[in-house]
Amino acid sequence: MTDNTSTNKIDSFRKQKAKEEMKKQLITFALMIGFTLIAFAIVATEAMDKMFVVPILLILALVQVGFQFYYFMHLKDKGNEMPATMIYGGVWAAILTIVTLVVITWW
Amino acid sequence: MSIAATQKRGFGSFLWDYLTTVDHKKIAHLYLFGGGFFFLLGGLEAMFIRIQLIKPENDFLSAGLYNEMITMHGTTMIFLAAMPLLLGLMNAVMPLQIGARDVAFPFLNSLGFWLFMFGGILLNCSWFLGGAPDAGWTSYAPLSIQSPGHGVDFYVLGLQISGAGTLIGGINFLVTVVTMRAPGMTYMRMPLFTWATFITSVLILFAFPALTVGLFLLMFDRMFGSAFFDVALGGNSIIWQHLFWIFGHPEVYILILPAFGLFSDIFSTFSRKRLFGYTAMVFATMLIAFLGFMVWAHHMFTVGLGPVANSIFAIATMAIAVPTGIKIFNWLATMWGGSIEINSAMLWSLGFIPTFTIGGMTGVMLGSSVADYQYHDTYFVVAHFHYVIVGGTVFGILAGLHYWWPKMFGRILNEMMGKISFWIFFIGFHLTFFVQHFLGLMGMPRRYWVFLEDQGLDMGNLVSTIGAFFMAVGVIVFLINIIYTAVKGEKPGDDPWGGRTLEWATASPPVYYNFKQLPLVRGLDPLWIEKTEGKGKMTPAEPVGDIHMPNSSILPFMMGLGFFIAGIGFIFQVDHSAWLIAVYAGMATAIGSMLIRSLKDDHGYHIHKEELEREAD
Ligand SMILES: [Cu+2]
Repeated sequence: MTDNTSTNKIDSFRKQKAKEEMKKQLITFALMIGFTLIAFAIVATEAMDKMFVVPILLILALVQVGFQFYYFMHLKDKGNEMPATMIYGGVWAAILTIVTLVVITWW
Repeated sequence: MSIAATQKRGFGSFLWDYLTTVDHKKIAHLYLFGGGFFFLLGGLEAMFIRIQLIKPENDFLSAGLYNEMITMHGTTMIFLAAMPLLLGLMNAVMPLQIGARDVAFPFLNSLGFWLFMFGGILLNCSWFLGGAPDAGWTSYAPLSIQSPGHGVDFYVLGLQISGAGTLIGGINFLVTVVTMRAPGMTYMRMPLFTWATFITSVLILFAFPALTVGLFLLMFDRMFGSAFFDVALGGNSIIWQHLFWIFGHPEVYILILPAFGLFSDIFSTFSRKRLFGYTAMVFATMLIAFLGFMVWAHHMFTVGLGPVANSIFAIATMAIAVPTGIKIFNWLATMWGGSIEINSAMLWSLGFIPTFTIGGMTGVMLGSSVADYQYHDTYFVVAHFHYVIVGGTVFGILAGLHYWWPKMFGRILNEMMGKISFWIFFIGFHLTFFVQHFLGLMGMPRRYWVFLEDQGLDMGNLVSTIGAFFMAVGVIVFLINIIYTAVKGEKPGDDPWGGRTLEWATASPPVYYNFKQLPLVRGLDPLWIEKTEGKGKMTPAEPVGDIHMPNSSILPFMMGLGFFIAGIGFIFQVDHSAWLIAVYAGMATAIGSMLIRSLKDDHGYHIHKEELEREAD
């Protein structure tokens, strides 16, 4: 009997968690679609100068990458420190390379 | 399928067993065999190079064939000999050292090996199919773009396939170390060889994509009319150099860090002492890996990057001497006051220290961008990288083979022959390469197939060639030793060296599931801890229970074969479109095998508790 109630409790706790998780996923998904629409709109309507469009698009892309990593690939969850370290290591190596090549070429 | 195959006997079943195996210990044997084969091939090419240079204006090899020789010597030794041999040692030992029953992805482990093997075979098929690659192991554009025939195409596709195999192997090791350590085996209790495997795998993961990209661009330039490196059409040939060295510099650490790791284990075992400065060693390894990604342009000082870029890369390069120095001093301090036992494994390790230090010293000299204008593309560079790669990696592989041979094969290599081969090889090595420093300083350029008489180069080159023959004899003695050991070698038991780490707590050779019960690790050098407390055996961390094992599979072999056939097709489809059939057939084989792997569930099997209990301990 006691066993039963405790598993029930855990079950309801899990359900609660899963529900919240689902909510977050959906919000993120909606946001990402929103960002994509904004990006398309900016380019399609030609409302802005090219000077502004490029950085805005890059920032939008960066935020989307963040969402991808943290919400869809679960980097925010506990126990994922090692994959996170690896991903940031890779990002670091890539940035270093790009910065060097850009600086060597145009400086 | 696997059970039926193991019950049959004879050579056929032996072969089938190895073709389908997913056991990390057998894959290690495959890597050692494959890597050893290519090592002999690369050595043969080296001998041809040295015979050609034995006297001025020799005509042993034609100029074109000489270019093919130097290209294939470098490519074979780095990609097909040194790296696979190291991967073999890692496969044999690392899972045992962390107390695991296998690697995280046994199927991928096998796939990694077969991709490497088929890539290597593809590359060497070039000798028989119209000429080997001849643009140097670095394959710089535009030379590699303009090289006639199919040589460079073989280079591109052979390395692409074997590179994919290495990448797969690296990812597999990473996941294994992160997820499969035995209870109590924290990161800071891992033996240095495991640490080195881990960090090397990170380097593989980040460095190989650059090579992959470079090779793809080269492939499209050569086969499909693109112009990434063609200056006349708006391309930029320097991009190849950047991509190649962004991969290439970390690659030299991929070659040396595993050797550093196994030397650490060997010094500590044969000095009967805990490794001096364990934490410093771990962080020095990380620091070397980290710095290794920001120094690639030191291979390009004379390209014309400008003084600012050159200075930054020169300083970053010299910074690497600091963690490397930490390591050298820690090894010396480990031996200091230890009760040292000198055997073959220890001899190779002791020989490594002065040899590698000389190589490191010339490395700092080369790292000075101003001085590099003098050294660039001379034999000074050749001497430098042979001192670090032979003195570090090859000495390391040989030390590791002597050290772990009893664990891998159950028999101990003959000490007498081990010592003879060390001394002959060691003397031959220094004869060959020490004199090349001076040849380089006198202005002898790399990669030239002849040199002229009476320019002060005759004597040095003769000495160098004589040294090469000594090295060849050393290798032959080692081969005889292997055969002798296989036939008559002593069986020394499970722990011949008084080992400190977990691999010595298993049987020699280990049973296919490694540990009946996973061991409980109570600190650094776990077996040594149990020995000092009078127990001598690991405490189990779990009761005897069912063990889950993966099934053998022929699919990795089929995937490798498929890519091999497709590679041949890609190379020759520029001549005649009928070769596209080979592309389609090969890709169909490879992708079909992947489909089977994805769609057909393979849950492996269990060794039951009762079976384990029945087996004698
Ligand atoms: Cu370098």
